[in-house]
This record gives sequence, C-alpha cells and structure tokens, in this order.
Amino acid sequence: MVHSTTSLPQRFLGWLKSWEGLLLGLLIVILIINSALVPAYLTISNQVNLFILFIEKSIVALMIAFIIINGEIDLSMASLMGLSAGTMARLFELGVPSGLAVLAALCVGLICGAFNGFWVAVVGLPSLVVTLAGLIAYRGLVWVLVEDRSISVLPAWLNDLGQKPLIGPFPFALILFFTFAIIGYIILQYSGFGRLVYVIGINRDVARYSGVNVRRVKMILFTASGFVASIAGLLYAARLGAMRSSTAEGFELDIITMVLLGGVSIFGGSGTLRGVFLSILIILNVRNGMGLAYMSANLQAGVIGLLLILSVLVPNLVSGLRARMARRYGMVRPLEVAESR
Amino acid sequence: MLTSLRRSIRPEQIRELILVLLIVALVLFFGTQIEGYYSSRTFIRISTSIAILAVVAVGETLVFLTRNYDISVGSIVGLTAFFVGTQLNHYQGIPPIAALLMAVGLGAIMGAFNGVLVAYGRVPAIIVTLGTMAMYRAMLVEYPGIKIVQMHLLPGWAQEFSRVNIIQVGDFELRLIVGIALAVVIIFQLVLTYLPYGRRLYAIGSNPEAARIAGFPYQRIVFIAFVLSGTLAGLAGFMFMGRFGNLTVGAALGMEMQAIAAVVVGGTSTMGGVGSAFGTFLGAALIGLLDQSLLRWPIISEFWRDAILGLLILLAVASDRAIVDRLRTLWARSELQLRPSMATVRQEESVHGS
Repeated sequence: MVHSTTSLPQRFLGWLKSWEGLLLGLLIVILIINSALVPAYLTISNQVNLFILFIEKSIVALMIAFIIINGEIDLSMASLMGLSAGTMARLFELGVPSGLAVLAALCVGLICGAFNGFWVAVVGLPSLVVTLAGLIAYRGLVWVLVEDRSISVLPAWLNDLGQKPLIGPFPFALILFFTFAIIGYIILQYSGFGRLVYVIGINRDVARYSGVNVRRVKMILFTASGFVASIAGLLYAARLGAMRSSTAEGFELDIITMVLLGGVSIFGGSGTLRGVFLSILIILNVRNGMGLAYMSANLQAGVIGLLLILSVLVPNLVSGLRARMARRYGMVRPLEVAESR
Repeated sequence: MLTSLRRSIRPEQIRELILVLLIVALVLFFGTQIEGYYSSRTFIRISTSIAILAVVAVGETLVFLTRNYDISVGSIVGLTAFFVGTQLNHYQGIPPIAALLMAVGLGAIMGAFNGVLVAYGRVPAIIVTLGTMAMYRAMLVEYPGIKIVQMHLLPGWAQEFSRVNIIQVGDFELRLIVGIALAVVIIFQLVLTYLPYGRRLYAIGSNPEAARIAGFPYQRIVFIAFVLSGTLAGLAGFMFMGRFGNLTVGAALGMEMQAIAAVVVGGTSTMGGVGSAFGTFLGAALIGLLDQSLLRWPIISEFWRDAILGLLILLAVASDRAIVDRLRTLWARSELQLRPSMATVRQEESVHGS
C-alpha cells in the first residue's frame, strides 16, 4: 500500500499498480476497441449520451458502495426505484398535483429504506434476507399500483428534467450524479461518519465494543439508500417518459457489479468511490460496446454477470497466490497480503 | 406436565405444527370464498404447482443449511426445461429416461459451476448466483434453435407425463409429479437426519469456522450442496417441461424467490444450521396454496401475490428471531435444570435442530 510519506510520482505509480490502475487500463482498452468500432465514439456529446443511459444505476451504485463497505448489502433498490416511480405515476394519474406526487414518492423511498434499516440495524436480521424480501415485496407493491398497464402521462416538468439538458449539454441527472459523487467521496474519505462506515465494515463487533453506535450508522445508511433509490426511480421514469410494473427490474445486477468491480470488498471494510466511478465508466462502455456489436439484452446481462463473478474471483485468486508465494519463499509480508485487495 | 412436554417436543416441531394449522385454516377459508374449491381439479392444480416448487426448495434448503444462498435456481429450472423441451421437439425418439438424465445432468453441471466458485473460489454465494442467474438466463435466450417449445410437438409420453396418476381413489387423483416431489422430500429428510453428509451440513452451517477447524472437508461439503441444488433444479425443470409443455424464454422466471420463500417460511434459518426438508415442504405447500388460491379469489387482485410473498418471508424470518430463538433458549434452560450432566449435549442438539 502507498504511504503518505512517499513522493507524488511514486504514489501515482503505486496507484497504477493497484486494482484501480488495472481498472483504468481496462477502461482505456475498452474505449480504444469501441472507438475503432464507431468513429465519433469519443466525442463529448456521445459520452454524455452514453452516461445518461446508465445514470440512474450509477447514482444508486454510489449509495450501495457505502452499504457494501459497511459490510451489508441492499438488493431491494431496483424494486424501490420501481415503487417510487410507480407511486408518483399512479398519484399523478389520480389527479394529485405533480409536486405532491413527487414528494410522496420520495417519502415512500425514505419509509421503505427505514423499514429495511429497522430490520437490519435494530432487530439484527441479515441484510441479505431483509432486502431480498424487500426486492420481492416492493416489486409486488408496484404490481398492485400499476398492474399490467403502462402509465405514460407524467408531469411535464419532470419529463423535461429527465430528458432536456439543464446546463450546457448536461442534463439534471448527470449533474446530480457528479454532486452525489463529490459529496459521497468527501463523506467517505474525510468525515468521521465515513470512517465509522469503514470501521463497522471491518469488524462490527469490535466497532460496537469500542463505543460506536452501529445501529445509528446502519439505520442512516439504509434510510439514505431508500431515498437515493427513490430519486433514481423518479429520474428513470422521467427519462423514459413512461412507467410500467417492470420498470427498473433486474437493475441490481448492474448496480452491484459496478460497486464490486470498483474494488469494494464484498466482505466489507474496503473500497473507494474513485474505484466505483472507474468501474461505472467501464460497465457503461462495455454495455455500449456490446450494443454496438448487436448483442441482445439478455446476453449483455450474462456478460455483466460473468464480470461480477470475476471481479470477486480474481482478487481472491491473486491474494491466495500471493499468500502461497510468500509462504513458500519466506517473504512474509502480512501487510501486503492482507491489503492486496 | 410442561417439562415432559418440553422434552418430547422441540421448538422446530411447534413451528411445523403452526404451519400445518395455517395451511388447514387457509384451505377452509378459501373453501368458503372460492366456488368449487374442494374439487379434484383444484387439488390437482395446487398439488402439481406445489410439487415443482417443493423439489427446487429442497435443493435450496441444502444450500441454506451451509449458510449459503442460491438465487440461480429459477434460471436453472428454466434452462433445463427449455433445453430438454427443444431437444424433444427436434428428436421425437429420445426415450423418457434419457430426457430425464439430460435434465438432471444439465442441472448438476450448472450447480457444480456455482459450487466450484463458492467453495473453491471463495466468492460469496450471493455474488456467484446473482451472476450465474443472468448467465444461465442468457444461455437460455441465446440457445440456438426455436424460441418456443410447443406442447403438440413433444413426443406422446411427454405430453402425457403430467397427467399420469399413481393413486386414484374416486375423484381424488395423485399425480406422478406429486409422487416424485414427495419422494424427493422423504429421501432428503432421511439424508439430512441419518447420513453423515446430512449431519455435516448442519455442523458447517452452525459454525463454519469450528467445522473447518474440526477437520470437516468444508469445501467439498459446500460444493456437493450446490451440485445437489442444481440437480434438483434440473429435475424440477423436467417436471416443469412436462407440466406446461408450452415454454417461452421467460420460463420459471422468479422461481428462485418462491423457493427461497418456501425455505425460509419452512423454518430453515438464514444463518444456516437449522432446518429440515419436511419444513421446506410445508413452506412450499403454503406458498403454492396461496399462489394458486389468490389467482382465483375475486376479492383482491392477483397482483398482490408478490407483495404477500415478500411480507411472508420477512414475517417468517422475524418470527424466527422473536419466538423460536426464545423458545430454544427456554428449552435449553429447562434442560439445564433437569439434568445438569446432559445439559451441554442437549443444548447442542436443540441449537442445531434436526
């Protein structure tokens, strides 16, 4: 690992050799392949358009990174995206003013997030099971709300917000993503709360015995997750201009892949938003490249699934190999072995 | 009186009793609500849909016992059903046993792929199976050939497969599919109770670290659990093909959620080490019953099904934490007072369940 005493070029070289350096290399390779396929690939407008296609998933991925670093998981966010969009669309359809409908949708996100958080943080159930139940139940509620219809009459201002550029070529969702990314980065790396997120992720019991209010941190994270998911759901509906019961179904695969490929350990306690950002860029460029190669949506999901498994398998194999090498040649460097991820 | 009751009944059995009562209550309730509910047709419809779910869920139970999860089973069921169905559409001459072996073998291979990654690659099961869920579904969609399996193109035995009875008393018919499912439940209940492999599943789930230190072949046991889960999903895929006949690429979509619900509602702990095949069967029966009955209940729309399913899982897990855990402590404590010398052994048993 890199220490702060080393000089800047050394730190940069060290970073290049890390997982994030690997991601950067991978991203460059993908960009080269894609621009070879399509001439105008690397223009700003094309990249912005690309980003927009995945902006909702990316926003949620930032939040899920916090949760996975904290040693938990949230599988319910895709269903929650659908539920908030469904709530808004159904209320607006019933004649509720658009502002109130959006507010209600955000409240639904907050409540469902807090509901998840209650079971995980206060009752102490495994987050995997709670959010799996959430995944089914929240999607079920969308079906109750929207049934098998399609609601295509959404508030006009919301559609504009989702579809038209706000500043220059950048639409609202993109600006929101970068705002969240910067705020999230600062909170995670530099604030006391951010340190607690890591500490609990490394060892929940040790954190509790050290006087950390584990419940509060987890409760805040899950509530925030519900809120962010509901914002993302509204943006998604706004961008598509329509809402169905299956809106945002299956998004959890892409979102969790974005986070884990970004170097966030599924076991909690390590990872940065910088890595997550790089992996978001990789995923959306890979998806786009596959689209250019006329691959079907299901096949694309299959490739992302493979990527997800590899993003955990490869570091595991590498660290196992390093530990074995170290044992064989007597180069016991526990720090490096422990932090090779 | 109370102490003798405590000695003869375990908390898990109380839970199973409650499930049975709940199922009976639901049957009585829907009987008053739905016209012609107590008919042979309704029984066949519900029992066959429970059968397929139960086979998948028993496999899922094995994986759950080791403190792992398998959410790729829905895709495995879909892929095997679709693959075998397509083969039968193309080649009418495939004998039934070859088709069955094909389905089970394909399921086993997919389960083995999951198992290798989880047990030997040390990738968390939820990540592996989230990935393979998408991958297997992609293989299904990309599978070259026709995109729809059609009933009338299947060979005669496959068309008749779901209509074969093993017992028929008057109007009451027990389908072969249901018989297979019951056999699977009984076999795996025996395996879990009496075979060393079954006991090791509980040991690993109760405390993976201790099991590893005690010298249990941890990786092999987990690997085999995933292979068995895949195999049973393959068998369920075969039954699925026989029951529905007409298949699209969306076959068995979301079945993993129902299977997990059946496992959890049936009393298997999400922390591993507690659960039984019989409990899972009751869970599957409850979910299959609700699923099929809500479809025909005019009062609320069928769209409530998934919302209820999710709530049921949460309730089961929460009640497990709130009631069964407390009962278990109560049991353990009463044992302590009764026979101090036996207490530690008994406590161990009551924690691990059977």
